[in-house]
Amino acid sequence: MSRLSVHDPRGYPPRVIGKRLAARPQSLVGKTLYLVDCLFDNSEAFMGQLKRWFAEHLPSVDTRMVKPRESWVDDPAMRQKIAADGHAAVLGVGL
Amino acid sequence: MRLENAGVPSVAIHTDVFARLAHSVALANGMPRTRQAFVPQPVVDKTPQQLRGYIEGLDPTTKRPFMQEVIEGLSRPLDEEDLKGLSFDRSTPRLVESGTEDDLQGLFLDNGWTDQLPVILPTEQRVAAMLEGTSHPPDKVVGRMRPTAYRESWELTVEKVAVNAVMAGAKPEYLPVILAHAASGITARSSSTTSLAMITVVNGPIRDEIGMSSGIGALGPYNHANATIGRAYQLLSINGQGGSVPGDTYMGTLGNAYNYSATFAEAEERSPWQPFHVQKGYKPTDSTVSIFFGGRYTASGFGPRATWKEKFIRCLTSIDHNQAPLIVMDPIVARLFVDLGFDNKEKLATWCAENAMMPAFEYWDDQWVQTLTHPLAVAGVEPFASKLKAAPEALVAMYEPGDINIVVVGGETQGAWRMIGGSYRNATVSVDAWR
Repeated sequence: MSRLSVHDPRGYPPRVIGKRLAARPQSLVGKTLYLVDCLFDNSEAFMGQLKRWFAEHLPSVDTRMVKPRESWVDDPAMRQKIAADGHAAVLGVGL
Repeated sequence: MRLENAGVPSVAIHTDVFARLAHSVALANGMPRTRQAFVPQPVVDKTPQQLRGYIEGLDPTTKRPFMQEVIEGLSRPLDEEDLKGLSFDRSTPRLVESGTEDDLQGLFLDNGWTDQLPVILPTEQRVAAMLEGTSHPPDKVVGRMRPTAYRESWELTVEKVAVNAVMAGAKPEYLPVILAHAASGITARSSSTTSLAMITVVNGPIRDEIGMSSGIGALGPYNHANATIGRAYQLLSINGQGGSVPGDTYMGTLGNAYNYSATFAEAEERSPWQPFHVQKGYKPTDSTVSIFFGGRYTASGFGPRATWKEKFIRCLTSIDHNQAPLIVMDPIVARLFVDLGFDNKEKLATWCAENAMMPAFEYWDDQWVQTLTHPLAVAGVEPFASKLKAAPEALVAMYEPGDINIVVVGGETQGAWRMIGGSYRNATVSVDAWR
């Protein structure tokens, strides 16, 4: 059978630029932890339970619930607030 | 990941069915060591007690305690790999390694480059012939696509679109219409869990120039241009965005048959109303493609008969109310609506919006209204804020008049109409720009 020369149908992906993770605290004791409710249906209830877990098991962690203004839309003001006031963040429950 | 970039240690929580997707998004964003924790699917509809059970249980992907994953993710010191990140080039070649017809059909299928049906192999000769269908150079960038907003965009050139047009079985004269689809930047293969599909409508002189159908069977597999243009849009979306792979770049739980091909022409000459593209500000002599976002439901009826209002209201209030309908109707139906006093599409769309009402509690009790609309209502955005203030039993409008669109199509063998999930998001693209 004859051999065919054919095109690759895929588009062109962007180059991946590596990014570093943020430095971690040695522990969460006494730290401010933001719990970001990503606005998916029922994620508020999940994050509420997570907040209760911290209150019961690690009460020295100051947990603060926050929400972005819209689903799937970056909220720079929320990020700035977390970066200014928080030591760490948990985001959920997202895809 | 933006929080990590801002110096905030973070853990992202996902449900376990998204594990592969979450890891591949992290990799594509150059942060493959992003710290993640997983709970079982679903979170929706679970009680607080059940969610607490997730928190106190195991991460189903690692079998370690979920909270251990969270706390260690936030406080475990970074190692060398964490600090490095990962940069790499993923450029795709212009040609694949040569092979026999059978080998290459197998390669395309195995790599997920098809819609699971055999394709026309894009030989250099066939692609060169396809490129004769446009005046634009092969290396010109047409647009960028991604399966969802949180993934990276890939780039499509004229040549890459032509390659996918060949695969779909399209003719070179269809290429400007296919390029217009690509230029929209809207993928036909969204990764949405809701199994979205795009339905596209072609208007203007190009319809007749390339022999598209707006007559008998226009929405079915009975016209070569309709079928292959729609298929080409699917294939260029799959390949132009880096895949549509279940569990990774496609998460639609049910799937959608409109994802094979869903393109047709409007029956402008037999319609009593303005063509769709003219409604959107184009001239009748312009040729365009308009893209409708949805395809999750189809309701249908015939008429209008004496009880058409009851039937319309029943359909409108039964459908998925976070996705406004595209109403397609045979010219027979459109003319009968004119006889009833609806002398333009806007009047009928307004009637639909004013009469499609449901109790406020039912309006808000929807997963996607909660996820997408509720935050806007809380932020005071109208008309959602007023709906949020309504008493639970009070009737609220499901749609605004501008949400509902009408396209006339059909072969006049029957006075049929359908309501198809199809939100219009200001996506009417010039075909003429791609001739």
